[in-house]
Amino acid sequence: MILGCGTCMTVCNAGGEREVSLLHSALRLAQSRDGGEIHSFQEYTVKRQCDFEFLEVLVDRVKEKEERGPSPPPPLSGEGRVDAILSLGCGVGVQTVAERFPDTPVLPGVNTSFMGASKEWGVWDERCAACGDCRLAETAGICPITRCVKGILNGPCAGAKNGKCEANKDMDCAWALIYKRLERLGQLEKMRRYYPPRNFRTIPRPRRLVSKSEVPGGSHG
Amino acid sequence: MAKSLFDEKLNSGKFLVTTEIGPPKGTDVSEMIHHIELLGDKVDALNVTDHQSSVMRFPSLGGCLLIKEHGGEPILQMTTRDRNRLALQADLLLAYSRGIRNVLCLTGDSLDVGDHKEAKPVFDLDSVQLIRMIRTMESGKDLGGNDLKGKPEFCIGASVHPAADFIEPQLIKFEKKVAAGAEFFQTQGIFDLDTIRRFMQYARQFNVKILAGVIVLASARMARYMNDNVPGIIVPQETIDELASVEKGKALQKGIEIAAHLIKTIKEENLCHGVHIMAVGRESIVPDILEAAGLLTKENKK
Repeated sequence: MILGCGTCMTVCNAGGEREVSLLHSALRLAQSRDGGEIHSFQEYTVKRQCDFEFLEVLVDRVKEKEERGPSPPPPLSGEGRVDAILSLGCGVGVQTVAERFPDTPVLPGVNTSFMGASKEWGVWDERCAACGDCRLAETAGICPITRCVKGILNGPCAGAKNGKCEANKDMDCAWALIYKRLERLGQLEKMRRYYPPRNFRTIPRPRRLVSKSEVPGGSHG
Repeated sequence: MAKSLFDEKLNSGKFLVTTEIGPPKGTDVSEMIHHIELLGDKVDALNVTDHQSSVMRFPSLGGCLLIKEHGGEPILQMTTRDRNRLALQADLLLAYSRGIRNVLCLTGDSLDVGDHKEAKPVFDLDSVQLIRMIRTMESGKDLGGNDLKGKPEFCIGASVHPAADFIEPQLIKFEKKVAAGAEFFQTQGIFDLDTIRRFMQYARQFNVKILAGVIVLASARMARYMNDNVPGIIVPQETIDELASVEKGKALQKGIEIAAHLIKTIKEENLCHGVHIMAVGRESIVPDILEAAGLLTKENKK
């Protein structure tokens, strides 16, 4: 089963219904060219792969053992059985699907890179590392942790030339951008302030966020 | 009391001369020892670079130990690129215990310019935080707030980039380093006197010593390469033209002349407190530069 995701992955043209269909055709083509083993593919796109609720519609399609009753044991490639799920979700989606379907191999169909803003059609720039230690209030809304290759907090290194980063001549120096914007906002004193070393304990991995507000029908309350 | 021999010289009013030694890639330290013996008594202190340009080499700390062994005053270059706060503190404890008392605090070049591009960049601290961390250790506590059994004391240096094409943010960072406790600065490579004049007009208000970074260029090609590939180095076109104007095989000699002239003028006009000579892999020509700049005394002309 080639499994798409209807939310972020659709928006960034990486794993929505359209990409699922394209990948399906590509796999069928490759299979007929190679003349090897015949696999059959099916496509499906859920609203969101990162939410168990949206994965329930797959139960009848994936047909894991538990859902098909206790006996007799099913043949390995029995009719209607999904041998593997190729998920075009992000890394979170892949893992949520894998957790929901413990007996079915789940393969990543995309290489999840980052959380980006859509700069122009077909161009995404990483903007947030979701680090749990947000500095944007002090840096004029420009993240030095994500956008500075060294992720440093007290101003620029000495490597930039023409406003570009020493690591990549196409990449703006985050600290040059921060300075210019703070200056424009009349907030340069924020850059003059000393920022102590980051507290990496705010981000022990893997992270879990438990909502403290009452959610009607929610399990955490 | 002075924290080190170099600290004493920093406060003596003498025109200071430092240079740096790049450790080998490998275990054969014979050439490095040769350079230490050649330069140890000709300069006020010897820096040892810390995987300069993110190229893996014999460690800076190891080079400083060799300087202690073979004669000379070491300055430990320490970047935050490869070690987290535990490893940095541990290295500082080791350094102090072995008589290494000067540290140059740097963030370090990006791994993208080096020879291990796929490594995990650390940058647990930045250079300002590194300076503060040392000052914390000097108070007898580590960065976790625990007591140290025996506390270190260092003469702390940092870098500044007066030739940056966007200077204002660099100056903010400079002032943060001063406030954190830097006592001396080695500038990034400077090629024209106006840059150092302009910078010193501003920097004299701070109670820190400034050593102008002087890079010895061996050819116009090297200068252009550095402009394109070495972070923080901006060689002006006039300097490149000057190097290109001499006949083949004479460019290094020209580079030595340019460096020596720069040093001589800085000293004569008392533009800053000293110079830091970077020969980038050509340590053996440093005595020629010192000689040409009139900085060799009778006893160390050997």
